[in-house]
Amino acid sequence: MSVFDLFKKKTSGDVAKDRLKFLLVSDRAKCSPEVMEMLKRDIISCISKYMEIDYDGLDIQITTAGQNGEEGNAPALFANIPIKEVKHNV
Amino acid sequence: MSEVIVVTSGKGGVGKTTTSANIGTGLATLGKKVVLIDTDIGLRNLDVVMGLENRIVYNLVDVVEGNCRAKQAMIKDKKLNNLFLLPSAQTRDKTSVTPEQMQALINELREEFDYIILDCPAGIEQGFKNAIAGADRALIVTTPEVSAIRDADRIIGLLEANNIKKQHLIVNRLRMDMVKRGDMMSIEDVVDILSIDLIGAVPDDENIVISTNHGEPLVGTDCLSGKAFMNICHRIMGEEVPFLNLETKQGFFSKLAGVFKK
Repeated sequence: MSVFDLFKKKTSGDVAKDRLKFLLVSDRAKCSPEVMEMLKRDIISCISKYMEIDYDGLDIQITTAGQNGEEGNAPALFANIPIKEVKHNV
Repeated sequence: MSEVIVVTSGKGGVGKTTTSANIGTGLATLGKKVVLIDTDIGLRNLDVVMGLENRIVYNLVDVVEGNCRAKQAMIKDKKLNNLFLLPSAQTRDKTSVTPEQMQALINELREEFDYIILDCPAGIEQGFKNAIAGADRALIVTTPEVSAIRDADRIIGLLEANNIKKQHLIVNRLRMDMVKRGDMMSIEDVVDILSIDLIGAVPDDENIVISTNHGEPLVGTDCLSGKAFMNICHRIMGEEVPFLNLETKQGFFSKLAGVFKK
């Protein structure tokens, strides 16, 4: 998030959209936000042992594997974890 | 070739019945032979929206139970003689009909009609299962609100699980003034979240209330919502129609006031 974003007020439409996106992910995966948060924390703590990661750019979510109506509605865990630096002394 | 369309939403009060009435009337205006079926047993409403409440003799449950033939229960529209309504029963409950019975009835009606439109009750229980039993295609109605979109998402999942792959979205009750100032999710936002194809967007229009008061669907009239519903009908028939600009024209003074507000 840049400094300017702090001054830009988020509209209620944006708030609704963000809440919905989060809500539907857990609805679709039947996975509660609490469980997601715990999962996120565990993944971070595990990866942090080996590399330094960018927490702000971190994106972990459950979506469906077959997108755009293709076969399979199996939920899949997508994790986008930007790496800042790999630790070489392990 | 006939097509069976279920109008559904999950959440109540988003405009399923109004949409069913307008689309049914619109398709009939375009020359198709249409039957509207109210599947909300116990809470029938499509009859009043169509203004046909005084003509009901038999209902859906009577037909299914064999007390009368389908032809006897169907009410002809006040204006269009190729539009019919099969009303629901008011004094029975949803368990009076099974999905198999619905399917049998629909197969019988397919012989005679171009379009069979099913007005689905709110919820995901028996009434919903009955309504989707014989459907070829689903129109999912939602409003740009968190609760309605969440329910729509659930409905989309259930329709897929029931092998109804042809699904289209109608975003109802849009208020462009609110969208513009960021206080309402836009059509694009809703489509993006639900990721199904849009077939139409209908503005929040006081003419809808007036038309329901009279019991006369406003599809095809000169107001924005009337045009929006007619466009949806054209798209159902497979025509490509550009989406309406839903922004109402502002007068000079309200524009001027808007400039000063900024």
